[in-house]
Amino acid sequence: MAMGKLTKNDVEHVARLARLPLSDKEILKFQKQLSEVVTYVSELAAVDTSKTKPTSQSTGLTNVTRPDISKSKGLTQEEALSGTESLHNGYFVVPQILDKKDR
Amino acid sequence: MKIPKAPLTIADTQKGLLDKSFSAVELVDYYLQAIEEQNPSLNAFLTVSGDVAYEQAKKVQKLLEELESRAFEKYPLLGCGVAHKDLFLTKGIRSTAGSKVLENYVPSYSSTVVSRLEEAGAITIGKTNCDAWAHGASGENSDFGPTKNPWNKKFVPGGSSSGSAASIAAGLTLFATGTDTGGSIRQPASFCGVFGLKPTYGAVSRYGVIAMASSLDSMGHFARTTQDIKRIFEVTKGQDGMDSTVKNGPYQAPPEKLKIGIPKEYFVKGIARQVETAVRQAARVFEKQGIEIVEVSLPHTQYAISVYYIIQPAEVSSNLGRYDGIRYGVGREAFGAEAKRRIMLGTYVLSAGYYDAFYLKAMKVRSKIIEDFDAAWKNVDAVLAPVSPTSAFLLGEKASDPLQMYLADILTVAGNLAGIPGLSIPCGFDGNGLPLGFQLLGPRFSEDVLFGLGEMYEHASGYKPKVAEEKL
Repeated sequence: MAMGKLTKNDVEHVARLARLPLSDKEILKFQKQLSEVVTYVSELAAVDTSKTKPTSQSTGLTNVTRPDISKSKGLTQEEALSGTESLHNGYFVVPQILDKKDR
Repeated sequence: MKIPKAPLTIADTQKGLLDKSFSAVELVDYYLQAIEEQNPSLNAFLTVSGDVAYEQAKKVQKLLEELESRAFEKYPLLGCGVAHKDLFLTKGIRSTAGSKVLENYVPSYSSTVVSRLEEAGAITIGKTNCDAWAHGASGENSDFGPTKNPWNKKFVPGGSSSGSAASIAAGLTLFATGTDTGGSIRQPASFCGVFGLKPTYGAVSRYGVIAMASSLDSMGHFARTTQDIKRIFEVTKGQDGMDSTVKNGPYQAPPEKLKIGIPKEYFVKGIARQVETAVRQAARVFEKQGIEIVEVSLPHTQYAISVYYIIQPAEVSSNLGRYDGIRYGVGREAFGAEAKRRIMLGTYVLSAGYYDAFYLKAMKVRSKIIEDFDAAWKNVDAVLAPVSPTSAFLLGEKASDPLQMYLADILTVAGNLAGIPGLSIPCGFDGNGLPLGFQLLGPRFSEDVLFGLGEMYEHASGYKPKVAEEKL
């Protein structure tokens, strides 16, 4: 596998996945910088992990549960809405995701 | 009355309050004035919470009048000034994570750590500057400008908990909170000449702390003595019912006879001679106290940085996905260059076709790093190592080269990948008058062992807490 070099298309694709609006200058900059980092971390290919299990976290805890009783009072509507000015009748205003033709 | 000099430890603070050398309100006066004088050049604080601090100080005085010395039994941190890294949510006090995305975000609840410290009687002085979203090793990634090192303002204070470490070194607060995902407490502690604890992963709740990389984030703190580090940890640790990764130990009791390992792989190429000398001297201090020092090997150390710079950005890209500017904050275009870089890197290593080669591979090599430490713990109770290959570097020195900046984490990230505790201890100064430090790492939940060693080192080396201005 050709690892390390990212093309301009790779960078644009990843930016789309991450919903990051990038300028052309940023795309060029990240193409170079990400290629450098990816080349560096590709050294892991040299480690024999054929018999190793992956670690996702280090606590050893699994299936942590609590009784299904809410102890928290939660946030009031006012508190929940306090972080934005983009409100309409007590609701968050969100960007439109459906066009008329999608109906 | 004006206090000429602030007390530097919890014990001195509480003694002064009890014998009325000063009041809690006068203590707040002192900190706020010191911040007003020093912060324009240090940029350690992003928000000063004077109103909250005075309100809390008045409560402290009332409790002292009512309960006298018994107040300290009920409120172990009564009257102690605390500054919180701006990743910790503080109800009613702006919390930015060092990012313009959250420039005007005022949380409607507090993190567990903040609530517990307040309930223990601590006084919230303000919120400290940090690399935006805790991404960085120098403080230069803050969207609000870099914090300066109080020992020499041409140098970085380390990062990402830059303002917290700097505020202790400059005497602007008694203690401060921080987060350590790849070294963000231990390294700035070392660069600023203070103590910093990265607890065992899962020892302290992450609830209400803006997430960086969830399998690595540890909530810790900075202070000027091991004793204080320990007393603060007694308050912050333990389950809160809000973070399912938190465990109440069991904590390992210090054994009769201790053995410390020196991991040979931590004395890497490029390590500054003065750093190596200082760390080896620290080992000799322990040896003179009757502790056996042996060389140990952690063979996968060399891969830690690569594992970290796959797993961490992967988790970052996921955690920062929630910032869409709808419920709070502003849109994704407001992310700074480093946050964008990590989101991009993380999204790339998780994307179709690359997941196995990068992310899955990194999770496997992470297991190898854990196995290395587990093997070492069969032979030694702790390891002693440098925190960073160099003392503080110049502002701007690494800012334009992300890979070089990432390599600054080379000696700290393995501890996060393994989820083990680390205590950063100051051990003198280099030729430029910049602090030097070393770290003690131990098995999971061996904090008490590390505290015992820290206290032993302080005693044996004649350590005295001080603030940066005293060098003049």
